[in-house]
Amino acid sequence: MSLLEKEVPGVVMTPDNIRSKKLPWAVDLGVAVVALIVAAAVVLGLGLGNWVLVVVVGIVFYLAGMFAAATRVEGRRSARNRLWKTLIYAACILAILPLASVVWTLVSKGAARLDGEFFGTSMNNIGARDPNGGAYHAIIGTLEQVGLATLMAVPLGVLGAIYLVEYGRGKFALTVRFFVDVMTGIPSIVAGLFILAFWVLIVSPWFNNGTPRFSGFAASLALTVLMLPTIVRSTEEMLRLVPGPLREGAYALGVPQWKTIVKVVLPTALPGIVTGVMLAVARAAGETAPVLLVAGGAAAINFDPFAGNQSSLALYVYQQAGDASRFAPERAWTAALTLVALVLILTIAAKLLARRNRLT
Amino acid sequence: METGFRALSTAAGAMVLVIIVAIAIFLISKAVPALQANTENFLSYKAWFPNDAEPKFGIAALAFGTVLTSIIALIVAVPIALGIALFLSHYAPKRLANPLGFIIDLLAAVPSVVFGLWGRDVFRVPVQDFSVWLNKYFSWLPIFGGDGPFGRSILLGSLVLAIMVLPIVTSLSREVFQQTPLMNEEAALALGATKWEMIRTAVVPYGKPGVIAAIMLGLGRALGETIALALTLGIVFNISFNLIESGGNSIAANIANTFGEANATGRGALIASGLVLFAITLVVNMAARAIIYRRREFRDSAA
Repeated sequence: MSLLEKEVPGVVMTPDNIRSKKLPWAVDLGVAVVALIVAAAVVLGLGLGNWVLVVVVGIVFYLAGMFAAATRVEGRRSARNRLWKTLIYAACILAILPLASVVWTLVSKGAARLDGEFFGTSMNNIGARDPNGGAYHAIIGTLEQVGLATLMAVPLGVLGAIYLVEYGRGKFALTVRFFVDVMTGIPSIVAGLFILAFWVLIVSPWFNNGTPRFSGFAASLALTVLMLPTIVRSTEEMLRLVPGPLREGAYALGVPQWKTIVKVVLPTALPGIVTGVMLAVARAAGETAPVLLVAGGAAAINFDPFAGNQSSLALYVYQQAGDASRFAPERAWTAALTLVALVLILTIAAKLLARRNRLT
Repeated sequence: METGFRALSTAAGAMVLVIIVAIAIFLISKAVPALQANTENFLSYKAWFPNDAEPKFGIAALAFGTVLTSIIALIVAVPIALGIALFLSHYAPKRLANPLGFIIDLLAAVPSVVFGLWGRDVFRVPVQDFSVWLNKYFSWLPIFGGDGPFGRSILLGSLVLAIMVLPIVTSLSREVFQQTPLMNEEAALALGATKWEMIRTAVVPYGKPGVIAAIMLGLGRALGETIALALTLGIVFNISFNLIESGGNSIAANIANTFGEANATGRGALIASGLVLFAITLVVNMAARAIIYRRREFRDSAA
């Protein structure tokens, strides 16, 4: 029996009657307002909590009321659809809140020490009662460590990706690829401990008359371990996007495979590779734990990454956060603002570059 | 030249395997002497005194804290992350989805020390109020019991961790949801399914293995997180399910906190605890990747 035959006598088949009923948005809004008022009355009336609880209880009441109203007008299935849609929208708003709070705190608290002295001086001879002091040494440390790590990780990573895309066949290549993915999940503190055990405690005594020595270079080794899988993975993805006919054209002209890779494949994929490298650099610049374990941190300026303790911006934030001085939090927040600015500029630039990339 | 270049790139590829094996070897080689000097059971002892003349240390409390904070973080983060992923892939108009996805990616780029600082200086206050409120009305539940002080608790650490895990789970789930064949979605809609029914019957079953893998990658990240927890947990060596009283500790946070005053045995002890962490995260990550690799279409695109 079709729907048409079930027609109730007296109801004319106008478009309004055929269309499924919709809950008017005014009712939706009304339910929301009533829910919020009832929640406020209950919560504040009984003294259960403050406005946060009012909002939370209000949302619960709204969901229940909206579900009941929609079930009456639209039916149960449509009501459930509405319920989930609202929940999904709410999840998004909930996720934006902490980010907004982090950004707001960074800017408002970080601006306090955003002056020339902060970027021009170190923490050398800065006592607990000194309001000045800066992060010059930490910025130097970050730049040197991340720079060295990039110098090591990029050739290794790009070559590894070339192996996976151009040469690797069979089980071994699959294994390598699998472990590249697994390696992206290695905690940074484990990478730090590895370099501590391998470089600082075993190798560095050879160069330093038998005593282990912290250095910025050790930190860049640890950062290399962390950057390598990211670079391999992003470069691999880019190399796979290079059209096959480009390679075949080169082969047809008699160009050997290695020359094809170096002269044709890599230049074509270059913008994408640079994007991946920049993202990896941004990630490495924010790492604290490895620098803490193998570079040791320092208060004075040390330009030599191969000898002696070095600090880094991330480590500086951590150490100032743990400092008992009344002025330390200000320094920590300003350094955090600097660090986030550095990382976000790199990330945003990388993403904009990716958008202009013709391959994707 | 050809063979040379080929050998060079193969060596670079093999380097990844070499590094993973080297991590295990060097950590073990430094951990064993400390473990031999340990006068208590490494796996069941609940305190950390490796620098004494008679070293006593064990990871029971640390491992418990690591797992507890990570699991609570996932319980909080996963539903929200899946909601955002569905919003980005199926609800939001494209003009909104792209910038929002971009913001979520930026959230992933913020260094963990910044989240730690934020958690300790800013987020602690509302969490403390919330803890007091929970304690007032729900103290009959053991997890919300206790007499305080509240503040730098497992709850605070877990919530900060949840914010940090969120972008990973979101971006991977989003990619997986976007790959649902359009045919499946249209078929569901053509049969009269509402949008939610379409998602439940077409999108979610298709993306399930990818979502499970995303959750496990998030777990791996949460287990290894160091600095944010070192700044937000109360650093207490005990095993307690109380979430809101000051306390909690984790393997990674303990390494960051006690490394400064560690002697040779102390360093070995920290390396031993790091070895345990490495083993746990390696297993979790390998399991997650194995799930992803079973589906070719996920393997080739999911980050």
